[in-house]
Amino acid sequence: MKAMPIKMNTYSLGFSLTLNPGIATRIFILLSVFASSLTFAAGGKILATPGVSQVEGAAGGGLVPWAQLAGYASDNEISASGFCSRASVSDYDLDVCGVQANLFDRVELSYAKQTFDVPALNTELEQSIVSAKVRLYGDIVYSRWPQLSFGVQSKELSDASVANLLGAKDDSGVDYYLAASKLHLGAAAGYNLFWNFVLRSTSANEMGLLGFGSTSKGRSLQAEFSSALFLNPNIAFGIEYRQKPDNLNLGETDWRDVFIAWFPNKHVNLTLAYIDLGTIAGAPDQTGWYLSLTGNL
Amino acid sequence: MIFSPNSPLQLDARFVCQFFLALLLTLSLSACVSSASKPSLYQQLGGEQGLDRIVEELIQNIGNDKKVFHFFADAKLSRFRTLLTEHLCEVSDGPCKYSGDSMEDIHTGMHIDEADFNHIVELLIDAMNKADAPVTAQNKLLARLAPMRKDIYRR
Ligand code: HEM
Repeated sequence: MKAMPIKMNTYSLGFSLTLNPGIATRIFILLSVFASSLTFAAGGKILATPGVSQVEGAAGGGLVPWAQLAGYASDNEISASGFCSRASVSDYDLDVCGVQANLFDRVELSYAKQTFDVPALNTELEQSIVSAKVRLYGDIVYSRWPQLSFGVQSKELSDASVANLLGAKDDSGVDYYLAASKLHLGAAAGYNLFWNFVLRSTSANEMGLLGFGSTSKGRSLQAEFSSALFLNPNIAFGIEYRQKPDNLNLGETDWRDVFIAWFPNKHVNLTLAYIDLGTIAGAPDQTGWYLSLTGNL
Repeated sequence: MIFSPNSPLQLDARFVCQFFLALLLTLSLSACVSSASKPSLYQQLGGEQGLDRIVEELIQNIGNDKKVFHFFADAKLSRFRTLLTEHLCEVSDGPCKYSGDSMEDIHTGMHIDEADFNHIVELLIDAMNKADAPVTAQNKLLARLAPMRKDIYRR
């Protein structure tokens, strides 16, 4: 594969419109590291097949984890990736940055740090997420049945006061999920069609940002779904849906988004989405934009 | 494990439906367009001329490639060109009969790994782009080649 030049200007321009300087700097450092070490790239998978990075740090769409593992490592390669994302809705901003490792297309390890900004209350909530995902079966392109993976996400809030105030039981929790994904080559009038389905066992309130469980409710099973259509090998557009529990009786709603993802080469990809996060902590109509950049070593 | 009150089956049906409706509409529209003439995949790839160009570009790509060229270093070029063209012609419902050996027999002993295989796929995609094959025809050809992987790699 030809290593295409990274258009640094385009990315930093796009991000300076929405991201604060701290994030922009981190992205810039990330990009520089990638740009300077392109020769080490593990690239045994086909362009775009690993997907992008979801908000908890796993390879996935924007909101939903997929069965693929982050990065382009094939069965005898190792790869490392990093990402930063921002979701900006009516009353809140969520910034996430994280790193991911892919060991032999079998195990994905990731760490993500989320900062949830509530400008109205002048408050910031921070959550760190340590995750692992194991590929149990298949390959989204080649296997007859969908690729199947099992994931664990261990989440911890750095400060539980807001969560406690709202009635959450714990300041940490673990999600387990099973994800099935398949890419159907040429299946949609000649275009490649992707779908992904997830069953997640979780006690998290708003993904954990508002703590875990409540006095009356604990763990429950939630369904998540994504689908995408590839216009060409570099551009996919699609939807996601993520069901969520309402443990705190604050009218917590399911999440959904419409996204477009761009894969100019194997080193970077960029995702833009329109997201609808419904009601968060009693504030309704949380819609807005989501922008995410992933870089792969 | 407790099921939440809003069970997994209760996805926002409207949202998911809208997506599939849009998808269906796109599909049926393009189906109408294509059902008028229904060219074979071989024709969509540009027929004899198109396949010749694709194979020629692929050979060029392999020749310039550090990762997989070594597999082909001892191959006889004219034979490879003829047989691969024949094979792709047959696979795409063209007017040819492949006269070579089975995929399994040819590639056994080469120790092609997952990354090698995917790399050849990428060189083929690049070749199809250079030969101006439409994305939809490319995908359909790849869909027919993908199931052959098990006979070609890790052997
Ligand atoms: C779907 C994928 C593939 C298809 C359809 C395919 C098909 C073919 C065909 C039709 C031939 C000509 C038959 C012959 O020369 O006897 C051939 C030969 C060959 N293939 Fe493949 N092939 C595929 C993948 C690969 C890969 C991934 C590699 C290596 C990385 C590879 C390496 C070779 C070599 C070295 C020859 C020449 C053998 C010789 O003439 O000595 N092929 N292949």
